[in-house]
Amino acid sequence: MTLETIAGLYNYWMVIFLMMTGFYIVLARKNLIKSVIGLNIFQTSVFLLYITMGKVNNGTAPIIPPAIVEAQKSAHESHAGAAAGGVAEHGAGVAEHGAGVAEHGAVVAEHGAGAAEAVHAAGDIVYSNPLPSVLMLTAIVVGIATTALALALVVRIREDYGTVDEERILELDRGE
Amino acid sequence: MSRFPIIRIITKLLIPYILLFALYVQFHGDYGPGGGFQAGVIFASALILYGLVFGLEAIQRVAPPRIIEKGMALGVLVYAGTGVLTMSLGGQFLDYSVLEHHVLTQWHVPSGQHLGIFLVELGVGITVASVMTMIFYAFAGRKHAHDT
Amino acid sequence: MNIIVFALLALLAITAVAIARLRELWAAIMFTGIYSFLSASWMMILDAPDVAFTEAAVGAGISTVLMLSTMALTGQGEDIPRKSSWMPILIVVVTGATLVYGTLDMPALGAPDAPVQLYPSPSYVERSVEDMHGLPNVVTALLASYRGYDTLGETTVVLTAGIAVLLILRRDPKEASATEPSAGDEPA
Repeated sequence: MTLETIAGLYNYWMVIFLMMTGFYIVLARKNLIKSVIGLNIFQTSVFLLYITMGKVNNGTAPIIPPAIVEAQKSAHESHAGAAAGGVAEHGAGVAEHGAGVAEHGAVVAEHGAGAAEAVHAAGDIVYSNPLPSVLMLTAIVVGIATTALALALVVRIREDYGTVDEERILELDRGE
Repeated sequence: MSRFPIIRIITKLLIPYILLFALYVQFHGDYGPGGGFQAGVIFASALILYGLVFGLEAIQRVAPPRIIEKGMALGVLVYAGTGVLTMSLGGQFLDYSVLEHHVLTQWHVPSGQHLGIFLVELGVGITVASVMTMIFYAFAGRKHAHDT
Repeated sequence: MNIIVFALLALLAITAVAIARLRELWAAIMFTGIYSFLSASWMMILDAPDVAFTEAAVGAGISTVLMLSTMALTGQGEDIPRKSSWMPILIVVVTGATLVYGTLDMPALGAPDAPVQLYPSPSYVERSVEDMHGLPNVVTALLASYRGYDTLGETTVVLTAGIAVLLILRRDPKEASATEPSAGDEPA
């Protein structure tokens, strides 16, 4: 167990600790609302696990800086402009663009040098993985919807049984 | 809670900005962090804040449950409708590339992928905001019926 | 940077343990809100601003309100004293140890050659620059376009959960008017 392993894995251990805390609450606490809280903690730790995996060293959030997007846009258009001359890559679609591209032409040429630099710089930026973010984004909102469903059931249970204590409910079910 | 003047006034000051922020998150989500899910939740939280401070009747006058519950389905309809629209334009389900158009290009009207993402996020935002508000109504309304 | 991360993780752990130990429901719910905020901060450090955003709005906002309103409907719940059992602790420790053993094979945090980062190739970021000319936020593009079917499904799940909550909790007008006269003589 070197220091390097610890530095590389402490995030996962933290996530596991949180997960197990949530699990413990679900197992040990008999109040139904407390159990829902435990499930929530468990759920958040799963989100953290995914997000942790998506992190890349020296990375940044997967949002491309506007300068590079602009450069990409004008590069795309100037590429199309070149194709309009007869290079068959973009074919018919480009021909339709024809007039508009020609107007853009001058602007694109001015941007040209800057665009090339920006696109080059784009290769140097490291982005963290966007896929875990996307998965967890939807999971959080679905999670709150299902939590609301669980809480609604707790409310109904309280109305019918008069208690939110798991063991009391089991006793009542057995007719004690 | 409505008898505390500080809470009332601060709430009244904050709510327009929360709503504005929700709209910003919704429509700027393509450029910065944000999107339909976040915007829906923020929008709903503004309504819920109003409901907590001024009472369920007050918020239900602003956002009647009859309309909000239609909104729940409307959002999914907008989303799926976008898919059907792309199909009817000759593409595949949710293939936004066929939405490419050249209307008012100088105004930067969203087109193609951008337009598709815009519509879809709008649908998500409507559904999430409506569902969260409706869930709050259900819980708060239950309390009301229980107390009286 | 590292000091901030460690402070944050320590606070997260303390909050989680506090929630587990607290008997009072109201305090536990408030701590859950704090816990959500702390995890949102950690997600921010892990380069996921979109998720952090959502977690802060959902976890600290809506979910706290929902739990408090549930508590208002159900009451604190009587705290029946019972002898504490070692069983849950034992299960949790064994499961946790197994999971920790499993992490020993995991790629190190932030390794650029971890399997997660290698598939799909070219990555969505590179593809998005090509496909989505003009849309800087890759997360939104991925959410709404590349994984559009998935998101449609998730939206439907949210709708279904909302309908289910309404079915469980909402009283129909007939029932509401039937219960009202019985309580009518109490002062409003």
